[in-house]
Amino acid sequence: MARHDPDPPIPGTSLFDGRAAARGYAINAMCYSFNQDASRRAFLADENAYCAKFGLTPAQRKAVADRDVPGMIAAGGNIYYLAKLAGIFGLNVQDIGALQTGKSVAEFKQYLRDQGKDLARG
Amino acid sequence: MAKVVGAYFTSHVPAIGGAIHRGDQQDPYWKPFFDGFDRVHEWLAALRPDIAVVFNNDHGLNFFLDCLPTFAVGAAAEYHNADEGWGLPVYKPFAGYPDLSWHIIEQLVEDEFDPATCQKMLVDHALSIPFELAWPGVAQWPVRIVPIAINTVQHPLPSARRCLELGRSVHRALASWPGAERVVVIGTGGLSHQLDGARAGFMNPEFDRFCLDELARNPDALTRHSIHDIVRLSGTQGVEILNWIAARGALGPLAREVHRNYHIPISNTAAATLLLDPA
Repeated sequence: MARHDPDPPIPGTSLFDGRAAARGYAINAMCYSFNQDASRRAFLADENAYCAKFGLTPAQRKAVADRDVPGMIAAGGNIYYLAKLAGIFGLNVQDIGALQTGKSVAEFKQYLRDQGKDLARG
Repeated sequence: MAKVVGAYFTSHVPAIGGAIHRGDQQDPYWKPFFDGFDRVHEWLAALRPDIAVVFNNDHGLNFFLDCLPTFAVGAAAEYHNADEGWGLPVYKPFAGYPDLSWHIIEQLVEDEFDPATCQKMLVDHALSIPFELAWPGVAQWPVRIVPIAINTVQHPLPSARRCLELGRSVHRALASWPGAERVVVIGTGGLSHQLDGARAGFMNPEFDRFCLDELARNPDALTRHSIHDIVRLSGTQGVEILNWIAARGALGPLAREVHRNYHIPISNTAAATLLLDPA
């Protein structure tokens, strides 16, 4: 853990490293369980009990309760696992992108399209 | 010896699977991406591969953070997809080729790689979608597979140079395999995209073009970037280019570009498809 990282930070970007993976173990474990339909149904039936079963930290529990994706990431959530939770709420990656960037979903989708408008085909 | 007949690369965005499921290939949003596959279908029909060695990354279907290998080689007789938790259809199973898997593993370890070896391995959309795109509508896949998973989830990730060398080691294994099979190597994922953080939605056509231009003629050019550089230039999930770099190594020393397609956006991703022949 003592390795000095000389790389400059990348704006708006955090790397999911060992520290994040350790911090986020509980919420990611819960999200990993959502590969099973029975787990998704158990979460929907009793969210408090399901979160307690995985030992979510208070920050993780609050972020889940608030449907706060940036908060989940700050609490160690990894986007690949979180996407399974987002799916339960009916959110796709454009919805998640909008939540994280302060754009409306329509604005976020336009932002994606705009990046392709100058492409020369080839 | 087995003959490596070509390399096929494509993005594997989960939403592509949804579009296939709905039959949206000619929808204006999807058409520019799917139109890039007519050439893929012709190319595969002419090459008639028997085996696919597929470099891909698990997204939390088979591997969790309790035990996350940097490199994992499948050595199973069959591979199944399963519910990934977000409503995608479950894809067809794949036939494996355990003898070839172990031959590749032996070469990798001989070359001082230390892969995890998996006699059971679920494969996710990163493997299934490229197959759905390549061989649409078939009752069963026409190739047996050896899947090789590269960690792109939890840093530290293996370097681009390491992934290219991994692929080159796989090429040596294929070159010494006594069977006469025809092998296509496949690299999936990318290109530039970022799903998480305030920079979500980031793409970089200029860097993607650099990768596409150099992959055939000078793949070592892609290894000059550190993982941190790749994240900066290509996004947090743009690191899936590692799968492409490894597959390029497995193709062999010299390559010639046959076909490319590049389109923005597919979901949050700069989507690309590329075919290379050995030269």
